[in-house]
Amino acid sequence: MSLDGATRPLIHARALTKRFAAFTAVDAVDFDVARGEAFGFLGPNGAGKTSTMRMIGCTSPISGGELRILDMDPRHDGPQIRARLGVVPQHDTLDNELTVRENLLIYGRYFGLTREECARRADDLLEFVQLADRGKDLVEPLSGGMKRRLTIARSLINEPDVMLLDEPTTGLDPQARHLVWDRLYRLKQRGVTLVLTTHYMDEAEQLCDRLVVMDKAKIVAEGSPQELIQRYSTKEVAEFRFAPGIQETLDGQFEGLAERVERLPDRVLLYADDGEDVVLAARDRGLHPETVLVRRSTLEDVFLRLTGRSLVE
Amino acid sequence: MTALRITPLFAFGSRRALRMIERNLLVYKHGWMVILSGFFEPLFYLLSIGFGLGRLVGDVAGPDGQPIPYALFVAPALLAASSMNGAITESTFNFFFKLNYDKTFASILTTPMSPADISLGELGWALIRGGLYAIGFLVVMIVFGLARSPLILLTLPGALLIGFAFAAVGMAATSFMRSWQDFDLIQLVILPMFLFSGTFFPLDSLPPAAQLLVQVTPLYHGVDLLRTLAVGVVGPSTLVHVAYLAIMGLAGLAIVSRRLDRLLLK
Repeated sequence: MSLDGATRPLIHARALTKRFAAFTAVDAVDFDVARGEAFGFLGPNGAGKTSTMRMIGCTSPISGGELRILDMDPRHDGPQIRARLGVVPQHDTLDNELTVRENLLIYGRYFGLTREECARRADDLLEFVQLADRGKDLVEPLSGGMKRRLTIARSLINEPDVMLLDEPTTGLDPQARHLVWDRLYRLKQRGVTLVLTTHYMDEAEQLCDRLVVMDKAKIVAEGSPQELIQRYSTKEVAEFRFAPGIQETLDGQFEGLAERVERLPDRVLLYADDGEDVVLAARDRGLHPETVLVRRSTLEDVFLRLTGRSLVE
Repeated sequence: MTALRITPLFAFGSRRALRMIERNLLVYKHGWMVILSGFFEPLFYLLSIGFGLGRLVGDVAGPDGQPIPYALFVAPALLAASSMNGAITESTFNFFFKLNYDKTFASILTTPMSPADISLGELGWALIRGGLYAIGFLVVMIVFGLARSPLILLTLPGALLIGFAFAAVGMAATSFMRSWQDFDLIQLVILPMFLFSGTFFPLDSLPPAAQLLVQVTPLYHGVDLLRTLAVGVVGPSTLVHVAYLAIMGLAGLAIVSRRLDRLLLK
């Protein structure tokens, strides 16, 4: 492989825009995804993440700007690009009229693989997502986590260069989420490039090497989870919850206690490098929260700082 | 010199379309009984109208003016009409729903398959199914003693041609639909064609102006094509019917191939 091929980004977007009539879903965003990277779009529902993913997936034409994927132009090379992508959509789109194994077989055929190759890969992939014993079952009775794993297996049938995962664990219970994360982590170890959207900050922290924060159709920050936390938040956060009705009476009482104070409807967040210090100082001032929690900063705090709102509302 | 820009007529779909037929075969492996349903509609019409009503009617003038039993008059017309109905249902309402709302088709679009591949594949599958129904109907006609000429076997490709022509135009029409209400217009066109295209009574029972109107509509050509083949009296008009339906189908494909991506990839 030439040096050029190794260093040029797999996905390159400049001023990428998506409009639906008068509504702008994605507003002139810039980003690059490198080979082997796990890259995330973090943002609340309606931020434009899915529209961006659909443009990358070449199922939605771009309205403006520039987009290159695997050094090809989605406007002309849609089928060639899609041949090298693995897509896990937000909502399961499995073929309910077919069995688990048939879902993989026919999907491989859409990519032009031979029947023998499809059969070989289907068996390997069912093993990989721990569904080998469900191959002959219809899709419908599977649990949400199993369906999601099957969708991941399906997206791998063409041995893609890039996986596009739109909210890969939304709607799954914690155990199922961890199973999915584990499989995605293994894929990342194998060098598969992952591009994912999420509104879960723990998911972004677990999986992403680098991410962009999206809000209202724009990218508002970019970096690794650690960089973003360092840049936009403090090391620790003290969370105070007061008895109902008390918080409203405490105007001005938090001044100077911490580097930054965020007042949410149900709690007050005090940002400082040492959370315990804040708790002691607050006690000295005669503040008596019902519960106190000192924790390290997360991407949730970054998002709050950047947009003034919570990720999950 | 002006460069002539030639847009190939079949810039539409690719060999990948065959994968859709493969998918349908897999699906029907699980429930092949479903496929039988489409066979009964024309059969019931034939039994009730062809033989039931036919007993009251007696003989009517055939394509060459010679009297033929009413059942023989109406049977090929029913085959033509059911080819049209099957093709229209598949290519308008079902086609629009599948590509816009069916999750399965949404997932197929994330592979190298294009909307054109899917449409062409589904069209192919609809024709295969229509062909099976036509074979079934043909067997019934033969069993009921309606076969007078070996040419009756040609009603099978004839029925496929009708299915192709209507499906292609149906898809083209669907590409202009903006809401579900627009689909009601289709029934407004299909129903009178079904009733007045010389399907149930000879065309000369209509006033001359109405006859002229009917003769420019497609089902008339389909009905007369299959009737002349079933009775075994082919002539130059048979070729006119074939040409009409073939051009209609190709024109439909040419239109839909230009509009499909814009319509379905949002």
